[in-house]
Amino acid sequence: MSDLQTPASASAAGAATSEAPTTATAASNASSAQATGGRSFLPRNTLLRHLLVLVLCAVGAVLLLESTDLGFNAQVGYVAFYAIAAGGLTLLTGLNGQISLGHGALMAVGGYTTALLLDVEEPLPLVVVFLIAVALTSVVGAIVGVAAARLHGPYLAGATLALAVGLPGLALHFDDLLGGEQGLTVSTPDRPDWFTEIIRTLSGNPASGVKWIAYISVACLLVTYFLLANLMRSRVGRTWRAVRDQEVAAELSGINLGAWRVVAFVVSAAAAGLAGAVLALVVRLTAPTAFTIVLSLSLLTAIVIGGLGSLLGALIGSALLVFLPRLLRDAGESLDMDAAQAAEISYVVYGVILVLVMLFAPAGLVGSVRLALMKQRARRAAGRARG
Amino acid sequence: MAAATVATTLAACGGGDSGGGGGGGGSEENEASDIGITEDTIKLGAHYPLTGVAAPGYSEIPTGVEAYFDYVNANGGVNGRQIEFVYRDDAYNPTNTSQIVNQLVLEDEVFAIMSGLGTPTHNAVTDFLNSENVPDLFVSSGSRLWDDVEEKPYTFGWQPDYEIEGKIIGQYVAENFPDAKVGLFLQGDDFGEDGAAGARQYLEDQIVAEETYVPGNTDVVPQISALQAAGADLVLGFNVPSYTALSQLTALRLGYQPQWFYSNVGSDPALVGSLLARFSEGAVSDASLLDGVLTTEYIPGLDAPDNPWVQLWQQVWEESGQEGELTNYRIYGMSQAYTMVQALQSAGQNPTRDDLVAAVEQAGSEWEGPGFTPFRYSEDRHAGYSGMLVSRLQGEGSEDLTPILVTDNGDAEIEELDGEPASPPENGIPEEEPIN
Amino acid sequence: MQEFVNLTLGGVITGSVYAAFALALVLIWRSTRIVNFAQGAMAALTTFIAIALIDAGQSYWVGLVVALLSGLVIGAVVERVVIRPVEGGPELNAVIVTLGLFIAIQALISVLFGVNQRAFVPPFSNIGFRIGDTTLGSLSPNTVYTLIAVLLVMVALIALFRFTRLGLAMRASAFGQEVARLLGVRVGRMLTLGWALAAVVGSLAGMLIAAETAFVAPTFMDSLIVFGFVAAVLGGLDSPIGAVVGGLVLGVALSYVRGYLGDTLVGLAALVILVVVLLVRPGGLFSTTQTRRA
Repeated sequence: MSDLQTPASASAAGAATSEAPTTATAASNASSAQATGGRSFLPRNTLLRHLLVLVLCAVGAVLLLESTDLGFNAQVGYVAFYAIAAGGLTLLTGLNGQISLGHGALMAVGGYTTALLLDVEEPLPLVVVFLIAVALTSVVGAIVGVAAARLHGPYLAGATLALAVGLPGLALHFDDLLGGEQGLTVSTPDRPDWFTEIIRTLSGNPASGVKWIAYISVACLLVTYFLLANLMRSRVGRTWRAVRDQEVAAELSGINLGAWRVVAFVVSAAAAGLAGAVLALVVRLTAPTAFTIVLSLSLLTAIVIGGLGSLLGALIGSALLVFLPRLLRDAGESLDMDAAQAAEISYVVYGVILVLVMLFAPAGLVGSVRLALMKQRARRAAGRARG
Repeated sequence: MAAATVATTLAACGGGDSGGGGGGGGSEENEASDIGITEDTIKLGAHYPLTGVAAPGYSEIPTGVEAYFDYVNANGGVNGRQIEFVYRDDAYNPTNTSQIVNQLVLEDEVFAIMSGLGTPTHNAVTDFLNSENVPDLFVSSGSRLWDDVEEKPYTFGWQPDYEIEGKIIGQYVAENFPDAKVGLFLQGDDFGEDGAAGARQYLEDQIVAEETYVPGNTDVVPQISALQAAGADLVLGFNVPSYTALSQLTALRLGYQPQWFYSNVGSDPALVGSLLARFSEGAVSDASLLDGVLTTEYIPGLDAPDNPWVQLWQQVWEESGQEGELTNYRIYGMSQAYTMVQALQSAGQNPTRDDLVAAVEQAGSEWEGPGFTPFRYSEDRHAGYSGMLVSRLQGEGSEDLTPILVTDNGDAEIEELDGEPASPPENGIPEEEPIN
Repeated sequence: MQEFVNLTLGGVITGSVYAAFALALVLIWRSTRIVNFAQGAMAALTTFIAIALIDAGQSYWVGLVVALLSGLVIGAVVERVVIRPVEGGPELNAVIVTLGLFIAIQALISVLFGVNQRAFVPPFSNIGFRIGDTTLGSLSPNTVYTLIAVLLVMVALIALFRFTRLGLAMRASAFGQEVARLLGVRVGRMLTLGWALAAVVGSLAGMLIAAETAFVAPTFMDSLIVFGFVAAVLGGLDSPIGAVVGGLVLGVALSYVRGYLGDTLVGLAALVILVVVLLVRPGGLFSTTQTRRA
């Protein structure tokens, strides 16, 4: 999100050639480099710049939600919870280099916490509920993170995969509390009067439960991305990159690798917890079948296809998760297939698209665009230097 | 956006409201009386698992619903309106279900949702549908969640719920096998749980073991050996058809031969039989494994090929020209579609969504259709069929062991039904009077 | 007691199939440092090809041979066409490619063969051996066949890697591509061969598990990819012996959990076992080398 407005500067091209898996992380490296880079019309101060972008995005989001129909509003919620979790995951995987196939399980922790807290006579304010969900998921994330800090590559992948498969089983085992297979329903919290008023004054649209949820989801998304963007640009973010790219050097300069890995896990777990809370609200249910391994793998897909290490990439990848299968299915149906055929064919095409993106845009969508821009600038700069 | 309009829109004769089928007074003009209704169409939506682990079997239900709507449309539709049936895949994931139901309601603007399949999946959308005042009719699940007039005034169940089925099975076993040591083989969700709760009302002292499986685990050796170890000589299965086949084979492997009693969902003799048939060709056994298995029925199925309803379904299916054979899943879908047509007719010529709900509440308990028993619909209840009968599978067919039994949830008595099951109308299309 | 015996034997059988599947993953990991998430879908596809043949009247053995051969071809083609371009690149890209393949192939199976379940008749009787009055439900002629098949594959692979020039060349390519190339090994060909062999082993695992579970739908390999991967990690991804031990340990342990604690805890038990092992040995039970530092 914060990457939206700032064009990569020429100096970024140099920064991206470190010996790490360059292409995949070009997006994240570029964004670190451009913080020092030159001509941008946005404020120099990172925090100020991010605040400005936040406000712009908020205005844009309101315009988007009020100019589209309720059907689109409803879809936005789905993009939001995928994007919140993907944002946290792209920090963990893109910046810190740890893979996780288990973030779906962490989302389940946030989702079930929310469902349980809202399912009482006098529920706490929604903000408090969300904060508790985030806190609890962070604790679980810390436990997982401590175990994960020692593991590398496929071993970490295997352990987190087992987490994704194992944790939802708890909901079946403790079905008295957690609702078992049929899950816990989450009723939409009452929307406050001021919300109805504001929407009426703004656009004249009637406020509805769907709209209220859409606004909550977008607000959570913006806040999360604002916090993550600042974190990624801060010293903390640089340290994570060092832990990823220069393990030995980082250790020699006194960085405690394990501790930093755990912190990265906690931060991304917090995002996953919030994502789970939003999911509970949007889907209006938490059930084990909603938190299968498919969810975890979808998140990973979103961040890699979008461009690893980039929040914008995570957002684009999440939007693809929501809209691409649907577009493919509608295309199939317009070709006179029945619903079952269209659904099957859409998955075939979806899988093929994932493969093709990796073959032809290995840095993901955002990363590839950025690399292309860098090359162009470098060429122009070289031309100027010669001439 | 290309909406998935699945109904074949057979050129409605003329365009006037001369089309037959509908009961109501034909003098009024057709109007676009609510969302999803135009002068000559009515749009209904549904969600099913068409891909993924739950797709086998269940993905056939919408083809049955569609076949019957095609049949009604070809005969003039309901009150001159063609039914458009839009259904989509949710892969049995509640997140997808809520997403596509949002889309069906807000973008496709369906008049009503019908036949939504699955407990966890449909559970995700009842709150939304009720807050948007969208009729949510005839959920394809026997959970008791759909009978909640206070919280879910727009939601209605259809099939007999698992608890009353458990009660009827429990009473039959207690009366006919008073000395049996009963083992329970349960799917690990509300289906197994409610069924067991019903059965326990009559069998508490006879039950010696209760084993649960999680759908997706294909190894039931541990469960079946535990039942065997506990000495159960009669096993009640509240499971889906593939686990009927699996439990039969596993019992064979273990040399375990109890009396089996599968609930209606799991018995589907045509499907299970065809799965098991391959094994009786040599490698495993001689006779049909399902011979002598007890089960229950609430609508006529393929094991009764001479039943006039089954003959009607056969005709409807052949006329629809879709691929594949008639199956019990498709019959289930057609039976639901039949009830849906009754509901639309009762709702009157120019119904609103609330009229449709009122129609089910006021007229639903009077409708005669493929079901053996009446529905329990009223202003206070949204529960589906009220009972079933116990039968024994024999070769290709089955033999009824009890009269039709009706009951209700809780400690309601189990009673014999007065009267005979209805036969289908001449042209295969119901004619219900509008309620207003 | 009978229950305990049945659970143990059942665990050994399931475990041996996990082991076969884990072996396939290890083969690919050793040759290309990629975890192939499409392994299950590929095996499901070849199994469905075999089912189509068997349903058309061919014998199980024809089906088996065709399944293994189509596995060979699919494995080689997949490596050549879609894996080669991402080999040596960022490891996550390879993961996404295999995930994409997984989704596409699984959906393709539904398109080609329908979503419904098919009966899979085992080549040998599935009825348990009888000892006196008790039937060992988990030990039948077919399970003996399964065990022997897995053992044969294991021995063949060990022989290939230990005693043949080809195996040596494959090992060399896996551990030092540059050096291998200098020594005249055609590394590309070795990598393709690694994938092809892995797909054959995976296909065999598919055929074996299909015969054990008796009914298969396009998604029937889903749990196997999860537990096969867990088994491979448990044993140590670089070690074929580890894969076998990991598979057996996991199979038996999960069988006890299923029998004594219930189905719902199976996933959680796998998690606990894996975490405990990895906390003690971060590279798996049979890790030989120091964990590679990225």
